Amino acid sequence: MLTPAEQSEIQSEVAHYPYKRAVAIDALKIVQKHRGHVSDEAMDDVARFLELSREELEGVCTFYNLLLRKPVGKHVIWVCDGVSCYLTGYGRLCRKLESTLGIKPGETTKDGKFTLLPIVCLGACDHAPVLMVDDDLHRDLDPQRNPGAVEGVLKQYE
Amino acid sequence: MSEPNELTHPLTCHLRADGTPLDLAAYRACDGYQGLAAANQLEPSAIVAMVKASNLRGRGGAGFPTGMKWSVLPMGPDAPKPKYIAVNADEMEPGTFKDRLLMEQNPHLLLEGIAICARAVEAETAYIFLRGEYTLCATRLRHAIAEANAAQALGNVHVYLHTSAGRYMCGEETGMLNALEGKRANPRTKPPYPGISGLWGKPTVVNNVETLCNVPAILRHGAEWYQKLSRTTDGGTKIYGVSGRVKRPGLWELPMGTTVGEILDLAGGMQDGLKLRGLLPGGASTAVLTPDHLDVAMDFSAPQKVGSRMGTGTMIILDDRACLVGVVANLIDFFSRESCGWCTPCWSGLGWASRLLDAMEAGKGQPGDIEKLEHLASFWGPGATFCALAPGAADPLRSCIQHFRQDFEDHIREHRCPHEGWDA
Repeated sequence: MLTPAEQSEIQSEVAHYPYKRAVAIDALKIVQKHRGHVSDEAMDDVARFLELSREELEGVCTFYNLLLRKPVGKHVIWVCDGVSCYLTGYGRLCRKLESTLGIKPGETTKDGKFTLLPIVCLGACDHAPVLMVDDDLHRDLDPQRNPGAVEGVLKQYE
Repeated sequence: MSEPNELTHPLTCHLRADGTPLDLAAYRACDGYQGLAAANQLEPSAIVAMVKASNLRGRGGAGFPTGMKWSVLPMGPDAPKPKYIAVNADEMEPGTFKDRLLMEQNPHLLLEGIAICARAVEAETAYIFLRGEYTLCATRLRHAIAEANAAQALGNVHVYLHTSAGRYMCGEETGMLNALEGKRANPRTKPPYPGISGLWGKPTVVNNVETLCNVPAILRHGAEWYQKLSRTTDGGTKIYGVSGRVKRPGLWELPMGTTVGEILDLAGGMQDGLKLRGLLPGGASTAVLTPDHLDVAMDFSAPQKVGSRMGTGTMIILDDRACLVGVVANLIDFFSRESCGWCTPCWSGLGWASRLLDAMEAGKGQPGDIEKLEHLASFWGPGATFCALAPGAADPLRSCIQHFRQDFEDHIREHRCPHEGWDA
């Protein structure tokens, strides 16, 4: 069941479109915001609300990078692997993150605090290399040119 | 150069040094919404004629004439209703970061462009299709929309913000329409073009953010003024960008047709100890240029003459220390991941090419791999696939093999990356 809060948030998006189905992506994002990820149960809840088959909604959901079908840590670190970052310290940034957190991309730290995931170009190429933690962009994170920057970012999410 | 002003830098002259956005009052204080006021005095057909005469061409990469796009929408009392505007704010092409600047720092400029377009084509509803990762843009656009609605500044058009959930294909004109309808963002067959049958089968204008931001000044100062801003036949200014290992990466609004070399100079040249080896002139999907091309004008025709495109106008600089095979592997990996799976040459061929390049970079390349890559790229169009994603992947791959074949051969012959440790 969708919670009243989820329902009202989704309903307010429905008002923007002539057909309910158009809010599929918004609805999945709203449910993910409340529950951390899109579980099978969440998929059923949203599909029922939108009057779509579960399979059809699954087809929409799997299309998108930011919709998560598995549980993640308290914070998600999205590391940009676009070409500008690749040229300016992406490798060093990744190695730093992996050694500091003790995990590889796709994994979650033992304390459940951080999940490390790749993301395509974040569109901040003049400040490469960059990453996002949840909704926050962090820039200029080459450990060589900017020592301590990565640690400083992680500290903000204690 | 004189101090940037409205008549020389219409897109960026009002941006603040500290990056804070202009609210409605600040925007109005620098003659904001005056372009819409001018448009309100004109018939829709006159607005379209003015944009046509300005030679404004799409800033999302394809360069389609904006006035022409607007002019195909059916008009008058018998036209299908409602008509829509879909604003392409899904900036996801690697190396491209220009629309973010405009939306974060001057959101009302975009809203004014939308309102003028809505009057020109008699559209009732506009959706700003924003990539999900641009969270600061979302906050600032929402605030600007609320301000504009409260002041009834936008005329009769309803503007809604749609935030996506991360997929490059959504930036493709027809993929975006499917995404807005709540479907997978596969491309649609053209024709019919969106201007005739777009969102939910209704006439729809799909314009990039930077494109629409050019419109208010055209209405205020006229098509002739706009033409004269440019050094070439393509009207106006362009936001050019530079990323990579240069001294001062960034964005600059310059006359359309500024040369590659001049833009590179503004970025301070290469970082110490590095030499320029090549550059992708307008994002990941553009063919590589070399140091021989520094005098090429960045517009919609000059780069074509040397086998590339201006694309988004944001250049990615390749230096002599970086491994070019690694760069190409990175690019093809992106296109492979982001292929929507609609066409076989794209989803299958890009995956294959990506594996070949990764193997090559890891020292496991085989003789004949370069020819295999060229063969695969031959299936990517143009004209062989539904949309421009695969042709966009073919351009950097083909051109890098053409200009830097030795790098690929060295990887295969030495069974290793000769640049190993370049990013250590």
